Amino acid sequence: MTSQRKFLVTGLLVALLIAGVGSFYASSHPDGLEYVADRTGFLDSAEEDPVTTGSPFEDYGTSGVDNDRLSGGIAGVAGVALTLLIGGGLFWVLRRRGGSDDADIDGASADPSATTTATTTPRA
Amino acid sequence: MHVPDGFLDAPTSVATGVVAAVGVGVALRRARAELDDRTAPMAGLVAAFVFAGQMINFPVGAGTSGHLLGGALAAVLVGPWTGALCISVVLLVQALFMADGGLTALGTNITLMAVVGLVVGYAVFKLALMVLPRRIESVPAAAAVGALVSVPAAAAFFTLLFAIGGTADVATGKVLAAMVGWHVVIGLGEAVVTGLVVGAVVASRPDLVHGARGLRSARRPLVTQEAGA
Repeated sequence: MTSQRKFLVTGLLVALLIAGVGSFYASSHPDGLEYVADRTGFLDSAEEDPVTTGSPFEDYGTSGVDNDRLSGGIAGVAGVALTLLIGGGLFWVLRRRGGSDDADIDGASADPSATTTATTTPRA
Repeated sequence: MHVPDGFLDAPTSVATGVVAAVGVGVALRRARAELDDRTAPMAGLVAAFVFAGQMINFPVGAGTSGHLLGGALAAVLVGPWTGALCISVVLLVQALFMADGGLTALGTNITLMAVVGLVVGYAVFKLALMVLPRRIESVPAAAAVGALVSVPAAAAFFTLLFAIGGTADVATGKVLAAMVGWHVVIGLGEAVVTGLVVGAVVASRPDLVHGARGLRSARRPLVTQEAGA
């Protein structure tokens, strides 16, 4: 069986390749909702000048980078990294400590050095 | 399917914001049971992968395109509660950093893709597993069926929101027919991507697939086959 580390690294590389390189070849046609909105006549109800955060990666491009391939690629890689950082961080904080056997303890403390962990998994 | 600012009026956006907040709040509590040292990194990877997958718009004919929504995929791989958080994080990153999906429509988009699409996709996946042979090889096919249904379900729910709080005066029936019709086609793409990805994970690390728990492979171990040959 593939080791966990190898599996995760491979998966991440695939995600980075899709977002960083593959996305350049994606269809530029409007998506289903935008197309339907246009055809049935409510596309114009979209806010013309919506409030944004002023991120450098708006519309999956990178501001200041003229090359389309590079601009989209950087934005894609940045998006994957941000998602991994926010998602991975959240899941790491939420996870049950010390494997699935401790499921019932489900301590209130988020501190990994709390007494339950310290007593159930003594260091050799 | 990312809803921009302006399609829905303020009360509807506030209502979907409340639905999204409650949904994410419940998911934050329930996801703990699905997450441990082994599955937490997998969940981070699934979120990153869905972000990447959503960048690939595939043509569905007549000048329109679709992309992965990922609700069924995430729910099958890491469990429904964690999966809902995966999709919510993707939508948050898209709204904050990519200007994809309006900031005031974030609640709407979480409701459509992380709640409705995911719940329907996962429910259909579970139903399909009951019908298919009880073995691990059925998981990718069941995930694909869930994915197929999840997309038009989310599209239909958008139409419901549009009927309640759409800012433009367009007949609901017309929007419903077009939304569901096109999103059935997009759902076929969702099914193919979901089936292939779940299939790849089941083949390499079946123990990491939440939806495959309690199922065994129909294939005999390789050693036995060699001995019998």
